Amino acid sequence: MSDETLIRLSGITKTYGSGQAAFQALKGIDLAIQSGDFVAIMGHSGSGKSTTMNILGCLDTPTSGSYRFLGAHVEQMSRNQRALLRRNYLGFIFQGFNLLSRTTALENVELPLIYRGEPVAVRHQMARSALEQVGLRDWENHTPAELSGGQQQRVAIARAIVTRPVVLLADEPTGNLDTRTSREIMELISTFNREHGITVLMVTHEPDMAAYAGRVIRFVDGRVENDSRNGEAS
Amino acid sequence: MLWNTLLLALRAIRRNLMRSFLTVLGIVIGVAAVITMVTLGNGATKSVSDQISSMGSNMLIVIPGQRFGPGSEGAPSFKSADVDAVRNQITAVERVAPMVNKTVTAVYQAKNWSTVVYGTSNDYFQAGNWKLAGGRTFNETEERAGKAVCVIGETVRNKLFGRQNPVGSEIRIKQFACEVVGLLKSKGQSAMGQDQDDIVVMPLRTVQRRLTGSQDINRLTVSVKNSSSIDAAKKQLTLLMRERRKISDNEEDDFRVMDTRQIAETLTSTTKILTALLGAVAAVSLLVGGIGIMNIMLVSVTERTREIGIRLAIGALEREVLLQFLIEAVVLSSLGGMVGIALATGASIILARLMNIPYLFDLGINLLSFLFSAAIGVIFGFFPARRAAGLNPIDALRHE
Repeated sequence: MSDETLIRLSGITKTYGSGQAAFQALKGIDLAIQSGDFVAIMGHSGSGKSTTMNILGCLDTPTSGSYRFLGAHVEQMSRNQRALLRRNYLGFIFQGFNLLSRTTALENVELPLIYRGEPVAVRHQMARSALEQVGLRDWENHTPAELSGGQQQRVAIARAIVTRPVVLLADEPTGNLDTRTSREIMELISTFNREHGITVLMVTHEPDMAAYAGRVIRFVDGRVENDSRNGEAS
Repeated sequence: MLWNTLLLALRAIRRNLMRSFLTVLGIVIGVAAVITMVTLGNGATKSVSDQISSMGSNMLIVIPGQRFGPGSEGAPSFKSADVDAVRNQITAVERVAPMVNKTVTAVYQAKNWSTVVYGTSNDYFQAGNWKLAGGRTFNETEERAGKAVCVIGETVRNKLFGRQNPVGSEIRIKQFACEVVGLLKSKGQSAMGQDQDDIVVMPLRTVQRRLTGSQDINRLTVSVKNSSSIDAAKKQLTLLMRERRKISDNEEDDFRVMDTRQIAETLTSTTKILTALLGAVAAVSLLVGGIGIMNIMLVSVTERTREIGIRLAIGALEREVLLQFLIEAVVLSSLGGMVGIALATGASIILARLMNIPYLFDLGINLLSFLFSAAIGVIFGFFPARRAAGLNPIDALRHE
């Protein structure tokens, strides 16, 4: 296995329910993602793109197949091992932001650092600098309710990158935002990919947003239909 | 990890002040109600038994009873000879005080007061556990001659003399004047709620001659030398009275012998029932408080499930999340419990003073209600969280 291969999925399937009502959301996914990639995953609803994303993010487990992350077999890991993998290597951005309500921006960003056991001073300093990187230096004491959608997503990005993750997983990060704000968010994500070498996996159904990615994977009916580098003919 | 988790729990409590407050409130009210009720009930029981012992322990009271149902002729009263017979023939007896009583109006200058005159002997003061606040008891001449002298209770002093010293003054009862020779120390209310200090005591003969006009005696107050011989004394007394009153073997007693211990038991068992009843009512409020906590916890489960999803997604271990929720629940519940205990203690002390009963700290009920409410808080704060933390993070995040 080459050093470049960060993530390797082989024969991943996912079935919901059982018996007659069983629904196969993923019908065998094979995928390799190199370190430093910016990958957009596209497809209609029900195509399996979100399910794949959740499996990649160790938030959900595949029914069968193998998932290797930096060579480690994720499908064999316990819940706690997967939690530690998320804690130490992954960062998440969601469509619905998923910030803790009634909790200041700073405290939200600090949260992953608390679980990492960083000392208070380090935690504050890292969280402040992450907020500064997303342009929210003066908003650290505001709660999500006092922030606009774009600002909330920036806080979420700050929370995702504050631990300097290897992979940033973004599930429709611009789904709830207007076009201009969406662009700003995409620029921000691109910056972290370019300047900090964070691998980005992003689910989206908007071609405009997918255009920021270096690689676009298209899902149809639980299979990969198309996998292309941007600029190549699809 | 523990320190971090504690920090997370405290943050969660602080940022959900309203929810935290409501949870705590449910526990506070429940705990406070139960503890206050039971504490006051215990105080009332204690006060009753105190008052009974103030009546004098080791004491038997003999009264004529009715042999047949209501409406029939009352049983005959006792005579002076009965008093002597009891005094001389029963060895366990220490003192025997005869007694007749009559409701009269006592007058001093422009004031008058309706009270009860007890005609008895000096033995009554000893047997009834009375102490003097001033003056003296009767002397032998006064008793034998039936002189118009009296010893009055605190209430009578208060109504007729105010703060003034009554000893040496004369009060008028019916048509005769009576010199006050002594003042009794206050005993307060009796267990039956009577004012024991509303009393004028005179020599037996004075009352018989001037007020009742008969040789009858309504009651014998008998004190026994020591409490172990009280049952034996009671038996002997019953036999003696049956003999003197010529009751044949197949007839029932036409008098009753009561001992103060028995009265005490009856009355304290009554207040104990009341305490249990009040405690039960308060337990309902603890239960209602518990249901309140349940509601708040269950209503917030949706929000908290998402929160748990977020925490799991960013890398919290299941046990870290659970520990946080457990600490949260324990902190809130014990806070509520402690505030409840403090509130109950304050309320009990104040109410006990207002109700004129002693305040007794009951460790058992404090612990019990504290643990019960804490258990409710922990169970309903923790178990929904445990369910949520067992979900796949993505399912917890999507929870509606």
